[in-house]
Amino acid sequence: MANEPFPSTYRAPASPPVAIIGATVLTGTGARLDDADVLIVGGRIAAVGRGLDAPPGARVIDAKGRWVTPGLIDIHSHLGVYPSPAMQGLSDGNEATNPVTANVWAEHSVWPEDPGFETALEGGVTTLQILPGSANLIGGRSVVLKNVAAVTYQAMKFPDAPYGLKMACGENPKRVYGEKNQAPSTRMGNVAGYRQAFADAQDYARQWDKYRGELADYEKKKAKHGDGSHAGGKGNDSGGKAEGISSVPPVPPKRDLKLETLAEVLNGHIRVHMHCYRSDEMATMLDVADEFGFKIVAFHHAVEAYKIADRLAEHGVCAAMWADWWGFKMESFDGIQENLPIVDFPEHSCAIVHSDSENGIQRLNQEAAKAMAHGARVGLNVAPERAIRWLTANPAKSLGLEDRIGTLAPGKGADVVIWNRNPFSVYALADLVFIDGAPVFDRAHPAARPRSDFLLGMPGAEATQ
Amino acid sequence: MTRSVLADPMRSALACWVAMIACGAPGFAGAAAPAAPPAGPGDFVVRDATVYTESPAGVLQHTDVWAHGGSIAGIGHALAVPAGAEVIDAHGRPLTPGLFGGLSDVGIDEVSEEPDTLDSMQNAKAPAWDQQWRPEFDVTAAYNPRSVFVPVTRIEGVTWTVLAPSSGDAIIGGQGAAVTLDGRFGAVLDGSASLFVQLGHDGAKRAGGTRAAESMLLDQAISEARGHTPPGPGSLLHAAGRDTLARYLGGGRVLFQVERAADILRAVDFARRNGMHPVIVGGDEAWVVAHELAAAGVPVILNPLDDLPEDFDRLAATLDNAARLHQAGVRIAFTSGDTQYARIIRQLAGNAVAHGLPWDVALAAITSTPADIFGVGTIRGRIATGRSADVVLWSGDPLEVTTLADRVWIDGRAIELRSRQTELRDRYLGRLKSR
Repeated sequence: MANEPFPSTYRAPASPPVAIIGATVLTGTGARLDDADVLIVGGRIAAVGRGLDAPPGARVIDAKGRWVTPGLIDIHSHLGVYPSPAMQGLSDGNEATNPVTANVWAEHSVWPEDPGFETALEGGVTTLQILPGSANLIGGRSVVLKNVAAVTYQAMKFPDAPYGLKMACGENPKRVYGEKNQAPSTRMGNVAGYRQAFADAQDYARQWDKYRGELADYEKKKAKHGDGSHAGGKGNDSGGKAEGISSVPPVPPKRDLKLETLAEVLNGHIRVHMHCYRSDEMATMLDVADEFGFKIVAFHHAVEAYKIADRLAEHGVCAAMWADWWGFKMESFDGIQENLPIVDFPEHSCAIVHSDSENGIQRLNQEAAKAMAHGARVGLNVAPERAIRWLTANPAKSLGLEDRIGTLAPGKGADVVIWNRNPFSVYALADLVFIDGAPVFDRAHPAARPRSDFLLGMPGAEATQ
Repeated sequence: MTRSVLADPMRSALACWVAMIACGAPGFAGAAAPAAPPAGPGDFVVRDATVYTESPAGVLQHTDVWAHGGSIAGIGHALAVPAGAEVIDAHGRPLTPGLFGGLSDVGIDEVSEEPDTLDSMQNAKAPAWDQQWRPEFDVTAAYNPRSVFVPVTRIEGVTWTVLAPSSGDAIIGGQGAAVTLDGRFGAVLDGSASLFVQLGHDGAKRAGGTRAAESMLLDQAISEARGHTPPGPGSLLHAAGRDTLARYLGGGRVLFQVERAADILRAVDFARRNGMHPVIVGGDEAWVVAHELAAAGVPVILNPLDDLPEDFDRLAATLDNAARLHQAGVRIAFTSGDTQYARIIRQLAGNAVAHGLPWDVALAAITSTPADIFGVGTIRGRIATGRSADVVLWSGDPLEVTTLADRVWIDGRAIELRSRQTELRDRYLGRLKSR
């Protein structure tokens, strides 16, 4: 890809070391440590274990009776692009003017003042993937944000996080375009649309490959024949011609922003996140991905993932799910409350809790808890130390950020939540939230909480005082 | 079926309590209880439960509850077991009244995005001033007890709900009422009929873009119902509509779906002027006018999870809404407002507790308080002798998300914990485990 045109300006704030002492720690790696300590130094996890020594100058937090987890990650959010208030003037989530808009980037719609960011933070969410909506077959690029208060989205942008591409199966694209009397109006029209888009992208990639090959040849030969035309040497110039080398460099193909993004998917730099409810459509999409040689990292809203749990695990594809959403459209009619634990059951599975909701994102822990309860009833017991991975390590993996966030392993970014109790409870509240070691939310200090510009001086302001 | 539109006073509920406590009931008196009559269909005894009576009796530890003929026949210790009664040992687990599912369209609407499956809304497809208003529209006429939503909802311990008309493009959406979710055809609960009015910006859209016109049009409709404006061209109401609205003017229960503080007070004032018993639904900004609501005795049915300024009617939305209203003395009940999510009502209550509402008030907000609001509090919403055996045995704290309903009874009938969803679960779980 060309150089990054909208670079992150996020800088982790300098913060003193932190020692969280005596907590029940769910590391996100699958372990649960009781009466354990978590040390944060330089914005990273320094150590997790029992009886650790607090680093010099550390802020020591007594967490006896409290629980500590990695920061929660929601890979399906429309905060900022469909913000609160849901005004027409702020509604920027679907570029529903063409079924393939791989050229649009969600980040250009993100309104950083969406008050939903701070309520999500109160729910322990430290990283979010903001996606375009699902009106289109290919909706555009996602952006991964750190949940920090900022005036620009660039200041929230997760440095060097891979981009995602939002794609959508099923009812939404065919409804949106069918109603406009254009393709796609059917599921077969949907699939034709994906395939043509990627066929075009293959062609585009070939043009660029060809150009790059010609350019390399040109430069190689130019170098071989001395200083080249830039030096202005007449002899060299004629010498080149004698060997059949053009004196002018090859002309690059015109950039096509839509195909450029899709070509980045084909070469593996952009990760496909696909809205897909039905198991049969997921299977179709796995074949489409194979046909064109790209990978789908996660099916989102995978209401029927339980029907193909084995297949998803075999393919190493994550399924991002709600606990109990169902019935609002035909493709969600087969929703069951055991979806998460069933998908989690096979070896190498990757079950994720996602929200797609400014409300649900505030309670991802409760969504997991509900699914755990329903799983347990049918013999699928998921311990807290495993269930926390649905909210941390597994979404990190789907984002390609598993080496940086999602667990409390030493060296990872210190995105940490201290809960007032077992987080898998309706009564659990995040007491403290850290991002890269910096305290960004403290329930005990309401005045210091992030507060959107939008809410300043608003009639509701007294609610939080 | 005749249904009173009179709002339920607590008086009759209390009278029932006095009678129960004064007289006792067969089988109530512990070990020395007289021999009970033979068990009829649906007889059961739950032994050693923690009984949340939602009554002056409070929470009873290690207590037995006997249901006979669909009603609670006895509450006490070591109740004699009638022959043939099912005995369930609760081992201390909580037993609560069956839960209220909030305002929903269970059995009315199925798949939201499939118009052919929806019956909650009549759409005039005209601006409100040009419509024939239809307060006589009664959404309960569309109730289908065999909807797949009914078992899906009730196996979570939700035994009754209030069917609410969707307002569509109307300011007066029509009437709704409470139904039991046991699957019977005649499911509407006596005395629960209610009129639904949409105010605020949703209503304003229908009234030509301004909420000021809502009041204007509502006043016109009232005038027609009172016979002050003779029927004629430009009338909002038919004869049936005039009759219906006139009934509510005599103390009927009217639910105002409204969020903004100023609109809430406007609704309360409108109801007062017209002899209606108002209930605020939504009420995201109700806490702002909590003292006024308390003074007027107006209850609020809210979603305690609403905490974002979703629009300019709810800039003051906060998770503290429920706790603040309660503190001010306002009666509250909860609703998710969604048919699919009537079943998550417990989660709403639990979150309200996490944000400052006393636990017992939160349980009441999904049992006895809504039962009282909808005029069925003498039958449902409490565990007491003579009341409906509408009870749920829980695996743990009923407001906790990790708790599930272990047993559900509606009017004494044991509800099989099966739904289309459990069938799907069992089919695919079986396949997965057999591999």
